[in-house]
Amino acid sequence: MTKTNTGSVRFENVVKKYGEVTALKKLDLSIEPGKLVTLLGPSGCGKTTTLRLIAGLEMATEGSIHIGGEDVTHLTATYRKVSMVFQSYALFPHMTVRENVAYGLTVKSVPKAEAAQKAEQGLELVGLAGFGDRLPSELSGGQQQRVAVARAIVLEPEVLLLDEPLSNLDAKLRRHVREEIRQIQQSLGLTAVYVTHDQEEAMAVSDDIIVMNNAEIAQIGTPNDLYEAPSSAFIADFIGDANLVPCDVEACNDAKATVRVDGQQVLIPSNGIGKGAAQMVLRPHALSLQSPDQPGLKGQISYAAYLGKEMQYTVETPVGSLFVISAVRSDPFVQGDSVSVGIVADQARLVSV
Amino acid sequence: MKKTVLIWLALGLAGFVLLPWHMTDDGLFDPSWLSDSDAATGLFSTLAGQWWLAPAGLALLGAVILQLAIENPVKRARLTLGTAVAGLTFIAVQGLIIVRAGPRVFEGLFTGDMVMAGQPGMGAGAGLCALALLFVATISLSQSGKGQGDAFVVSTIGLIVALVAIFVFFPVVHILVRAFEVDGGYSLSEFFPRFFSSDIWGLGCLVGERSCGVGINSLFLAIMTGAGTTLLGLSFALIFTRTAFRAKKLLRVLTVLPIITPPFVIGLALILLFGRTGTITEYFAELLGWEATRWLYGFWGIYFAQLLSFTPIAFLVLIGVVQGVSPSMEEASQTLDADRWQTFRFVSLPLMRPGLANAFLLGFIESLADFGNPLVLGSGYSVLSTDIYFAIVGAVADPAKAAILALALLTLTLSAFMAQRLWLGKKSYATITGKADSGQNASLNPVLKWVCYGTALPWAAFTLVVYSMIVFGSFVKLWGINHSFTLDHYIRAFGINFTTGRFTGVAWDSYFTTLTISSIAAPLTALVGLSTAYLLVRQKFWGKDAFEFSTMLSFAIPGTVIGVSYIMAFNFPPIELTGTSIILIIVFVFRNMPVGVRGGIAAMSQLDKSLDEASITLGANSFATVRRVILPLMGPAVLAALTYSFVRAITSVSAVIFLVSAKHNMATSFIVGRVENGEFGLAIAYSAVLIITMLAAILLLQLLVGARRLRRSDRVQHVAKAA
Repeated sequence: MTKTNTGSVRFENVVKKYGEVTALKKLDLSIEPGKLVTLLGPSGCGKTTTLRLIAGLEMATEGSIHIGGEDVTHLTATYRKVSMVFQSYALFPHMTVRENVAYGLTVKSVPKAEAAQKAEQGLELVGLAGFGDRLPSELSGGQQQRVAVARAIVLEPEVLLLDEPLSNLDAKLRRHVREEIRQIQQSLGLTAVYVTHDQEEAMAVSDDIIVMNNAEIAQIGTPNDLYEAPSSAFIADFIGDANLVPCDVEACNDAKATVRVDGQQVLIPSNGIGKGAAQMVLRPHALSLQSPDQPGLKGQISYAAYLGKEMQYTVETPVGSLFVISAVRSDPFVQGDSVSVGIVADQARLVSV
Repeated sequence: MKKTVLIWLALGLAGFVLLPWHMTDDGLFDPSWLSDSDAATGLFSTLAGQWWLAPAGLALLGAVILQLAIENPVKRARLTLGTAVAGLTFIAVQGLIIVRAGPRVFEGLFTGDMVMAGQPGMGAGAGLCALALLFVATISLSQSGKGQGDAFVVSTIGLIVALVAIFVFFPVVHILVRAFEVDGGYSLSEFFPRFFSSDIWGLGCLVGERSCGVGINSLFLAIMTGAGTTLLGLSFALIFTRTAFRAKKLLRVLTVLPIITPPFVIGLALILLFGRTGTITEYFAELLGWEATRWLYGFWGIYFAQLLSFTPIAFLVLIGVVQGVSPSMEEASQTLDADRWQTFRFVSLPLMRPGLANAFLLGFIESLADFGNPLVLGSGYSVLSTDIYFAIVGAVADPAKAAILALALLTLTLSAFMAQRLWLGKKSYATITGKADSGQNASLNPVLKWVCYGTALPWAAFTLVVYSMIVFGSFVKLWGINHSFTLDHYIRAFGINFTTGRFTGVAWDSYFTTLTISSIAAPLTALVGLSTAYLLVRQKFWGKDAFEFSTMLSFAIPGTVIGVSYIMAFNFPPIELTGTSIILIIVFVFRNMPVGVRGGIAAMSQLDKSLDEASITLGANSFATVRRVILPLMGPAVLAALTYSFVRAITSVSAVIFLVSAKHNMATSFIVGRVENGEFGLAIAYSAVLIITMLAAILLLQLLVGARRLRRSDRVQHVAKAA
């Protein structure tokens, strides 16, 4: 279980159409060996289509797909060296756990003893040694999930594909299982492609995240890149919470930009945006509420909620309503209070309109 | 893949060299063909001067050389594909042109003494050669693209398309050709007056001068039956799902009845009740001094028989429809202050409308296709299905007239079938989703409830009386004249002489033939039906819609039309099958295939597609996936398809009656023969035995499926729940 045939994935100008509907517009991407890359996006953005194209469950309409340096564009799933963990796990209900894990080896006519031994190793790796004789229906959801992972990795695939693997687990189990998946992937040095619509999950497990929207890639980067340097309003909004405030860039140099918003000037990181109309990304944590006589955007609190660890406010201001998170105080603002919203300048970001 | 191709080529060559190319009179396993000059192997016949058989052997040989000589797999596959297709085409062309008897196409193409002498129908050798070439072609086709296609899927598609083409389309085309035929040629101008003649479409009965055309008769009967069965079926369905009626289990029995009842049995029982010497007729004749009439042998008799026969089918369809109306919609309506009648009138009924239309069309098609009841009761009211039969077997055999009538019938059923697909296909308000829908259906308002009780329950009682007649009638000496108890009919039909151990009853022959042929046909039907279902549900391929349409088509072709088309198509070379048991098996397989397809589609739609995909991404090919994952999980569906096609083969009469021979007689046509001779007692006794046979088969299935389901679905459900 230590040696792997880990491989890279490369898409060149891949287009996927279902009749008239375009599911993917000219996609180029490259995934390095040994990395865990997440495809993230709202539903219908093309992330699952991309995963199924790698698996060979769908065929590209145009372009070419390379796995481990080999052109596999026209190979069907049977002949590609990838394996997949399904959202529903897709464990065969009529086979025992061991038969499930050994299935890929059995259909390749690997000798029975060898297949059984590898299956046992796979089960050990996911912490299910001794469960081989049970039926999938006799396992809990989390255990079934691990059987699905074991079944996929005993084949020593060049690429491991995971299609929303945690969506059927309850919230508490989710964090635990995603850590396990990450650990197995790192210890085996597997290339893995992971599909999810949960941005927190994506940030927690990934080396790189590919954010997709409207059948194309919106931005590629590490979790830190995406949060700190969003390339568009969509990314800023999708990765974490953000208030988007229209503003005017009056002057800018390499690093800083002078921005006018609601009659006030602030100096914030320029993020490569030039002069003219732009949007300011204000994270809820990067806003502070002060009494109305302090400098800042003037506004009135329209909603206040106490969540124990923090306070959440909605503030109506001349630039629109802002979502603000602040620490719990002994004398919190209440609905109807007039406030001034202060911008923490070095945490604000600029994106184009 | 190269290895598989070579194996098929070797089989094909073996067929060419070792097996008789043509049909032998004595069957394949009789070695006499070795010495018979008429039936030699393909190779021998070729050398003996039948040069037109050579291309088949040459194509096989050429393909072998291609496998061995060419290295590039894509180039090899393409050349092999071309060779195999050329070989197949040539086999088909020579078969159609050079025939010993019957119609020839392209008469001027080949001439010469040998050609004019003709050849008998194709036999085992030709069949194996063609099959080998077909699979070589499909496997090569799957390899000839840029990527690695799936040979198993392509071959299955190829085989089913070939079978449907030969055994559904080829015969139907024969009807078309016959319909256009006039003395010594074909004429379009002759066809239209004959097709639209007043004998078929005349409306004379409306103005009271004489009777209407048979087409109009059939159409009127079908509309009445469709409407009647739909209303009765709806009553039953509403009672079943929306009331606290106690004997619901008994109603369920109603749904099984039509499956196990041979189509003419209802007619027979009605004769015992309402015929000239029928019980009820005599009772009223005595009581009121009425003259006993023959009213039953006309429209009303057929209509009653069809209502009795097809109401359970409508009931079965409408149970699903009524249950499909989501309870939450009715509850929503009630919380919006609608009363129960308003809820039914403005919410439930509109939601059921497509289902009602579907039930109507089903009753319409069944009525048009019904052959047994009009045959037994219809002496005063002619309909298309029986007129076709009399045009073939009547005093003056007139195949051209049969073809025209068949075409008229086909036009009606196909129109209904198309209407169902095109119109209802888009208009489904199916409210069943994967989500569990809690809540309760609204119960009926009192007036509606009593209307339903008032129509459905007397009808159910009537049905029971009719069925009990089948039992009573078989134990009575001579119905209407001598009502003393007797076992004579059973002894005549199923007597066994225990001292000699011989089956002396007259029915044994046809009984055993029926069981044998049905048991051979059932697994083949299930195989073809389920493979088709697999392709339709799980595979994407070019022309899938046309494929689905053509496989469902045989559902819309009435049995009488199939029967006529088979004797027209398979009475002569190249495929000469009449008088054999093979033609009976084939007719059952393709008549009942849609049942297997529907069952398979329903069962396969419930299997999560990710199971297949998981298997495929784990490196299994389609064949391994089917064998290891799909088939084991489809056990109950396989068994159901098996029993259903078995039972349908036993009860079928319309297509079979054209195709039976003295050597291979079937139970139903034997019974019809007894009815025509007036031997009602024997006919009823035999029918009762058939019904019991089929009940036993169904119960056996229920036991098998029940036992399996306990284990299997428990597991599946748990997985699904956890998922």
